[in-house]
Amino acid sequence: MSKIITEDFITGKWQTEIDTRDFVFQNITKYEGDASFLVGPTEKTQAVWNTSLEYLKKERENGGVYDIDENTVSTMTSHKAGFIGEADDVCVGLQTDEALKRSIKPFGGLRTVYSACKEQNRELSPKVIDIFTHYRKSHNDGVFSAYTEEMRNLRRTGVLTGLPDTYARGRIIADFRRVALYGVDRLIEEKIKDREKIDGEQMTEEMIRLREEIFDQILALEDLKKMAEIYGYDISKPAQNAKEAVQWVYFGFLASVKEQDGAAMSLGNLDGFFDIYIERDFARGILDEAGAQELIDQFVIKLRLVRHLRPTAYENIFAGDPTWATLSIGGSFTGKGHKINKTSFRVLQTLYNMGNSPEPNITVLFSPTQFTEGYKKFCAQVSIDTSAIQYENDDMMTEIRGYDDYGIACCVSYQKTASQIQFFGARTNLAKTLLLAINKGHDEKKNILLIPEISEIKTDENGYLIYEEVKKNLDKIFPVLAREYAKTMNVIHYMHDKYYYEKLQMSLMDTHVERTMAYGIAGISVIADSLSAIKYAKVKPIRDENGLAIDFEVIGDFPKYGNDDDRVDNIARDIVDQFNAELEKQHSYRDANPTMSILTITSNVMYGEKTGATPDGRKTGDAFAPGGNPMHGRDSTGAIASLNSVAKLNYTSALDGISNTFSFVPKTLGSNKEEQIENLVTLIDGYFNKKGHHLNINVLDRETLIHAVDHPEEYPQLTIRVSGYAVLFIRLTPAQQREVIARTFHGSI
Amino acid sequence: MLNYHSIETFGAHEGPGLRLVIFLQGCQFKCLYCHNPDTIECKKNKEISGDEIIKRLENGREYYFPKGGITFSGGEPTLQSSEILSVFKKAKKLGFNTCLDSNGAILNESTKKLLEYTDLVLLDVKHIDNKKHKILTGASNKQTLKTAEYLEKNNIKMWLRYVLVPEFSDDINDVKKWCEHFRNYKNIEKAEILPYHALGEHKYEELSWEYKLKNIKPPTPEKISEVEKIFQKYFKKVVVR
Repeated sequence: MSKIITEDFITGKWQTEIDTRDFVFQNITKYEGDASFLVGPTEKTQAVWNTSLEYLKKERENGGVYDIDENTVSTMTSHKAGFIGEADDVCVGLQTDEALKRSIKPFGGLRTVYSACKEQNRELSPKVIDIFTHYRKSHNDGVFSAYTEEMRNLRRTGVLTGLPDTYARGRIIADFRRVALYGVDRLIEEKIKDREKIDGEQMTEEMIRLREEIFDQILALEDLKKMAEIYGYDISKPAQNAKEAVQWVYFGFLASVKEQDGAAMSLGNLDGFFDIYIERDFARGILDEAGAQELIDQFVIKLRLVRHLRPTAYENIFAGDPTWATLSIGGSFTGKGHKINKTSFRVLQTLYNMGNSPEPNITVLFSPTQFTEGYKKFCAQVSIDTSAIQYENDDMMTEIRGYDDYGIACCVSYQKTASQIQFFGARTNLAKTLLLAINKGHDEKKNILLIPEISEIKTDENGYLIYEEVKKNLDKIFPVLAREYAKTMNVIHYMHDKYYYEKLQMSLMDTHVERTMAYGIAGISVIADSLSAIKYAKVKPIRDENGLAIDFEVIGDFPKYGNDDDRVDNIARDIVDQFNAELEKQHSYRDANPTMSILTITSNVMYGEKTGATPDGRKTGDAFAPGGNPMHGRDSTGAIASLNSVAKLNYTSALDGISNTFSFVPKTLGSNKEEQIENLVTLIDGYFNKKGHHLNINVLDRETLIHAVDHPEEYPQLTIRVSGYAVLFIRLTPAQQREVIARTFHGSI
Repeated sequence: MLNYHSIETFGAHEGPGLRLVIFLQGCQFKCLYCHNPDTIECKKNKEISGDEIIKRLENGREYYFPKGGITFSGGEPTLQSSEILSVFKKAKKLGFNTCLDSNGAILNESTKKLLEYTDLVLLDVKHIDNKKHKILTGASNKQTLKTAEYLEKNNIKMWLRYVLVPEFSDDINDVKKWCEHFRNYKNIEKAEILPYHALGEHKYEELSWEYKLKNIKPPTPEKISEVEKIFQKYFKKVVVR
């Protein structure tokens, strides 16, 4: 057995088994103080960041893509070493041989890669085209060779949207810490042992598949070592100090983004792990605070430079070139208090040391009951200064999900580190679903029959919709839609496993993992308000020559979601519960547990474009609100009423996450910084104590955004949080920018 | 039932912490600079019951307790003192902090009863000179100053508010006199300076009312600083909103 360097570390299970959680639990140094110990960037960091800024500038000037290598299929070992500034690069490694140069990953889909290259005036290598046309099938090919007509129709009409059938699924957070803690050789030994155990009196399909997967994982681990060697590092043994710990972990992550281009390639909860090595180096006298901050700064710089090659169509679903290199910080140990350490602060300090940035999607696992005042206040201050971080309810997640070592995948999705992965499935458009109920199962835009046997909706003697009748049709549609959604997801994930298996990420996970199906819904505010209008006001459909409702006449007032009014909030809550219950009944590929998210990213604009007029008075083509938010401007009783409405949605029915984006004008929070920080802490504490799940917080002026639309060059680092992630405002399309500006800004005179 | 204009569930400027703020309809003053002129007319607006308000307060307990609470503003809330009384009584029973944002121009038995259940009064003393006060608000300042005395004698905590309007309330001697008047008060926790702004001007157009401060610009940072320094000589805590 390979030797673990254990001098000065506290012993535990982690020495005999692969158990990074135990290592962190035994060795972490909790920090109870405030942010005053933090320091600025070293000269090396400034040099590396300045060079990076030049690259970023060139990337902007070149229309958003700096360069592409259109000839080399990207693997862990396909590219020679690349540096920012060799002498100053404290944490080395780039996806290709140059910063911001994007590579091709045709295993996800040949057509996608071909289009992406063409749009940048590059010709994808003919050799690659030949191989992926004649000799090697892609995930995209696989999916479409199995899709049914119904699945294609649901997709085409936009009832099911954003599916990872033309792009990689992501949503696997590998346990990168184990590279540093154990060294790769030990990990290989364990995988070999695991594979030997997969044998018995029978050899079932699942066993064969797993044996092959582990075989591939072992090859991936060998490649991981080779990749490090290209950079002059031997990572077969454990990291010996903080610099190596950061470097080894980064190598693990780098390998994953050389091999895969999933929509979300997230990192997990790393601050406690890094901090243990930093504290040990402090004790040994070989590192000081400047050096510690330098390691974190340079690690984060690398995360800011991750790039994936995407076609422009991708912008509609996920605007602003996101990578969701989500870095989770903070958290707590079940029954044993918070995990706050000095590195929990250092990660936030990167936003001051290198300026604002949307990536690496810094996510605070916030515990209102366990966190220190010092940390809460620092987080609030960072939100007010940068609008770049998001918050998730750690108390609620550790209680309901039952395990405290986790990271957030993408935007809002709890994922146990090392033992759980998600099968990502974007979302269903619930507004269109409601229109199906009103249009005999026909899509309101394309007039295609999507759900058969839905009767014509009965209206009252004046032609107004009757709530019970609409609900009856909806109740018939939900089970059918859930069934088709599940079938579609099964096809997608079967094929992704087959043609674009994430062998490196899986090699850094336990051999037997839990899987969840990550379904989703969009338009909860639209369907809730629409049903409220039908119930409490009078709604008359205006039909065209085909009998499709193309507009609605709404007479009278009705309660709107976002005002803490149970009459409509309970409708929203019940719809979520109901659809989730239907999904839970469906058969899942590889026995994945069904979960659901209420999350739209920036696709709320695109979903709105594909949806006709709705009974709440929303006009055809108008954007949806993001995630679980109330519709723009309909929450008129103030921020807390709005938050109370969203908090009523049951997290137990939306375990993949409930996204809530919140924008304030600074003055609204208080008349000076100190007041603003206090009030923002009260807000976050309050929302999470009321069982809210997630908060994206933007604190800025509407005027700033309006100005940035016209003068993007003045705001290269203006970061804003949209549903579930932060994005550079200037990278959004004009329509998306307008939508963000239109969003309810809670500001009063 | 209370006659109200609007509800703000995230009030960060109407007392300590985060507060549920009920803006009532109707005011007996008509301040030239009022940025909510649509609250002035004593007409019937929207109705809300005390129970509904308490329900909202309780629904926001995680936000409003213990640092924040409930505030009645407007308009002039003391025009509906007897209706507010039951709300404050219940709020106190539930442990919440109660606050009244008032011009202090009414002090009858109803107001006094209400004050027994009021933890903090935000008192707007618009001007120390009665003549200038009448120009600015349409009313005398005599009762307001008597009310301040009453609050002081009965140990009811106060935050004083002063709207700084160029040409109307920015004379330095007047400012000094205003501060001097409260020199020996023990129950003033804070003095707030509210620099004039014109963000409510469009509402006058909607009401078809003349906006009498059309040519007045907000006070300069230098003037605000000058006033702030004077205030700091007299009050232990001074805030510029």
